[in-house]
Amino acid sequence: MASLVGSRVERKEDKKFLTGKGRYTADINIANQTYAIFVRSPHARAQIKKVDTSKALKSSGVVSVLTGKEIAEDKIGGLIAGWAIRSEDGSEMKVPNNPPLANEFANFVGEPIAVVFAESLDEAKAAAEKVEVDYKVLKAVVDPAKAMDSEPIHKDVDKNLCYDWLLGDRKAVDEAFAKADKIIKVDLINNRLVPNAMEPRACVVDYNTATEEITLYTTSQNPHLSRLVMSAFGNVAPENKLRVVAPDVGGGFGSKINVYNEEIVCSWASKKIERPIKWVAERTESFLTDTHGRDHVTHAELAVTKDGKFLGFKNETIANLGAYARVFGTVTPTYLFGPCATGVYVIPAAYSNVKAVYTNTAPVDAYRGAGRPEATYTIERLVEKAAMELGIDKTEIRMKNFPSQFPFKQTLVHTVDSGDYVAGLEKAKQMADYAGFEARRKKSEANGKLRGIGVSSYFEACGIAPSAAVMSLGCGVGLWESAEVRFNPTGQISVFTGSHSHGQSHDTTFAQIAADELGVPMENIDVVHGDTDKSTFGMGTYGSRSLTVGGIAIVNACKKIIAKGKRVAAKMLEVSPDEIEFKDGEFVALKSNKKKTIGEIAFACYVPGQRDEMKSPIPEGDEPGLIESAFYDPPNFSFPAGSHICEVEIDPDTGNVKVEKYTAVDDFGRIVNPNIVEGQVHGGLAQGIGQALYENTQYDETGQLMTASYMDYTMPRADNFPEFNLGFTCTHATSNPLGVKGCGEAGAIASPPTVMNAVIDALGGQEITMPATAEKVWKACKAMKKSNAKAA
Amino acid sequence: MKTFSYHSPKDVKEASKLASSSSMFLAGGMTSIPSMKLGMATYKDVIDLKKIKKLSGIKVSSKTVTIGATTKHAEVAASKDVQKAIPALAKLAGNIGDAQVRNRGTIGGSISNNDPSACYPSACMALNAVIHTNERKIEANKFFKGMFETALKKGEIVEAVEFQIPEKADYQKHPNPASRYAIVGVFVAKHKDEVNVAVTGAKSCVYIDKDLSKKLSSDFSSSAIEGIELDDSEMNSDMHASAEYRANLVSLYAKKAVEAC
Ligand SMILES: Cc1cc2nc3c(=O)[nH]c(=O)nc-3n(C[C@H](O)[C@H](O)[C@H](O)COP(=O)(O)OP(=O)(O)OC[C@H]3O[C@@H](n4cnc5c(N)ncnc54)[C@H](O)[C@@H]3O)c2cc1C
Repeated sequence: MASLVGSRVERKEDKKFLTGKGRYTADINIANQTYAIFVRSPHARAQIKKVDTSKALKSSGVVSVLTGKEIAEDKIGGLIAGWAIRSEDGSEMKVPNNPPLANEFANFVGEPIAVVFAESLDEAKAAAEKVEVDYKVLKAVVDPAKAMDSEPIHKDVDKNLCYDWLLGDRKAVDEAFAKADKIIKVDLINNRLVPNAMEPRACVVDYNTATEEITLYTTSQNPHLSRLVMSAFGNVAPENKLRVVAPDVGGGFGSKINVYNEEIVCSWASKKIERPIKWVAERTESFLTDTHGRDHVTHAELAVTKDGKFLGFKNETIANLGAYARVFGTVTPTYLFGPCATGVYVIPAAYSNVKAVYTNTAPVDAYRGAGRPEATYTIERLVEKAAMELGIDKTEIRMKNFPSQFPFKQTLVHTVDSGDYVAGLEKAKQMADYAGFEARRKKSEANGKLRGIGVSSYFEACGIAPSAAVMSLGCGVGLWESAEVRFNPTGQISVFTGSHSHGQSHDTTFAQIAADELGVPMENIDVVHGDTDKSTFGMGTYGSRSLTVGGIAIVNACKKIIAKGKRVAAKMLEVSPDEIEFKDGEFVALKSNKKKTIGEIAFACYVPGQRDEMKSPIPEGDEPGLIESAFYDPPNFSFPAGSHICEVEIDPDTGNVKVEKYTAVDDFGRIVNPNIVEGQVHGGLAQGIGQALYENTQYDETGQLMTASYMDYTMPRADNFPEFNLGFTCTHATSNPLGVKGCGEAGAIASPPTVMNAVIDALGGQEITMPATAEKVWKACKAMKKSNAKAA
Repeated sequence: MKTFSYHSPKDVKEASKLASSSSMFLAGGMTSIPSMKLGMATYKDVIDLKKIKKLSGIKVSSKTVTIGATTKHAEVAASKDVQKAIPALAKLAGNIGDAQVRNRGTIGGSISNNDPSACYPSACMALNAVIHTNERKIEANKFFKGMFETALKKGEIVEAVEFQIPEKADYQKHPNPASRYAIVGVFVAKHKDEVNVAVTGAKSCVYIDKDLSKKLSSDFSSSAIEGIELDDSEMNSDMHASAEYRANLVSLYAKKAVEAC
């Protein structure tokens, strides 16, 4: 039987999503539901002196109005930071209280203060306008670079500093720098991004007064984690009385990892008002309150020899956490960032120092790539600048510093199990026609245009696990994954997974894996996820971990099925289990060549007997049924890597930047479904190129979000991109039985520096910040003209 | 959105009768509906103009192109008659916003709204358009009064826009990458005895750049305006573009438009 792993099978999800048959949270309605509207702070920083709900309560159709006072009285817990980070001086990070409804202070525009429940959405909106909040407006802290010198916005958080973290050895770095021929320096801003999932956040809560069970339908990337947090920290309900369902979810990109204020409030309130509740965010609320991404201010240096060998690296970064520390908020700029900042290179000495600060802006958390795009941007800008300043070809300088063997002990934390960085870059050069660039540059010049080429080589640590490793670094939970494979008596299979698909096509990929393991057609397999009452406990989907962790749990559960199947087949075929071979869905007795199909075995497991004879196919010590589960905790992270090359053309008159060519060569280990992987790369590239050229989240000095709609926030569109030129190299991961690596974030990690390196190349090396908007580029072109004229 | 009464009159007379100080005419809804949804505007009555047959359609004579108020941008862009008579106008309509906006947005809505970065007002100015309302005819240069402000009185309905067919014309636009409205749009029209350079996006309201128009009237070539530095003191400066950049774009696109004519 041909292997399904590796083939371009059509997505099982296509029919559902393309014919509008998806079922999202907003599609769910419960009889007698009320509608929630949140009253949100219009100020970035204010003291809440009084919340008067009396007029709102009298408004037509209102069922209830609740505020931070009631939620505090009921001892409902706040939102949490999932990782504890220690400062260089050994002190623990400073985390302010983050109540689901702000009670004393509002710390960003959009922070919920109160909530109105009414019989209709219109009535809820009308009543929300009647909630009177008496604010004392305070001076907002907005700029992360100035946060440490501003008035503290939280009690007990001195200098607005959450932590001042160090990874690496300052002394060793100083020594390395002392030996260098040249120090390359960059000052970078990693622009803040709004994740912009197509489906806005939403929740529908149904409280059953008899069973006292709360069912929460929500837009989550990790329903079990949401339940755990709401139960253990939120005190909303015990886990057995809380069912969290994340049905079809239209994109997350990290912004749906957190359990948000609205979910906690509506779950708590549904029990209080004994009515179902529906809340659906409007797009403005998404802009204001979804966790944002990136937002770093970085100074970094690379010590090099004159022939381009890297000696040392230092990275001083201020990371903006926004108003509060959220689930991955504190780890994203530390362990997801610092270790990867030395990139794919052998650098004998390195450190990353990160100061994470609070500001009166929306909380910042993981966004596609989470820390690794920032890391890659830092090192790849440095490397490219080093090549320029040393006059060495930009691919050659990279080749020179790649590790020569694997496992590769990377400078700061990771031991990379496998890879071939040289092969990746060689392939990218070839596919991009790197050698032909100068001719293309001349051609552009003849047309009055500036052409640039940029390269970046990246690796990233994803497949976020293993538990012992992440917990040692401060994670509050283990990051394993689980699965259950359940045969029906008639042979179809349900695969339950703790991973959650919100665009990743798990229904297809996981079915391919299980079909290969079990030797059955894919059509016989259904993948079940997203419901804490159905699927096995799972830590969820983020950090490109579903296949490398969740997928392997499925493989292992399948292996247990086969092991049991062998025992049952052996008994039925009257041989010993080690004389049975399993192949292509059949258990074969090696000597006699007698067979039982896996379907027959499943049937026998559920219908274990026969007429006229007292005979069970179930061996002694085994039980009837054919269900197996597995928890998988991998031995290491997953380390995809690759090289990307971008060519841009700039019109100096307008500053318009056109991405002319984009080549991405990635090593994702073994690829299960090329269609799906290419889709993931495309999406990641669109977001990464978006960051480099278009997207930017801007607050004014009072903390008002100026880019709060698509009229002002530039989401890239299809016509902003060329056709992507994708290639793959493949070194199998040694850390899992499938040899697979994560692929979901790579595009967003590698592309911002690739594009910026190309833009800066076209601009003759002039630094420019992301996004490279037309006006910024135009100004740089003008400056270039001036300096060229001077030189001439 | 606050509740309102919806009306769908069959003719202009009925529509104007329904109008009051708390009513709104609904055309494509591309601007009016979002502003209602965001709570920026509330109305008691919404009077839909789209069922009024007379307000839609394109008529071309030897001297003029007349476009009915509820004619959609996509219809203007696709119209063979417009493409033949004033190709620049079809091009302008075809580059408005995105496909969804072009399939709903109307010329009447565009000019009545008079967004400082809308495209059509520049065509009206450069092509000496006459705006026909249910009460009078208004020349374009008297119609666009200021930011989101027109000569229309409450309850007055735009019925059609009559454009003068030029000898040559072109429209060049630098789209806002987010909304795709014009950061700057320049409409250059060469008529028998004059050249008009109308600019949108650059200031609080569409305007004729007198300097550029004059220079091109005496010499209709891009070299006539080569290197011209425009005064940017009244130009918009916002997060999308500075006044300095806009000034550069105006002279650049004026040149490009002349070259494309
Ligand atoms: C995303 C986006 C991008 C856009 N990009 C561009 C662009 O690139 N260039 C551009 O020019 N425009 C652009 N627009 C504007 C759009 O093309 C419409 O012209 C505009 O939104 C209004 O037209 P409408 O027909 O939808 O009018 P509506 O929104 O229905 O009405 C707008 C206003 O005009 C009034 N009104 C409408 N018709 C009449 C009438 N016949 N008489 C009197 N008053 C009337 C209404 O009462 C209302 O006050 C964009 C809009 C959006 C949403």
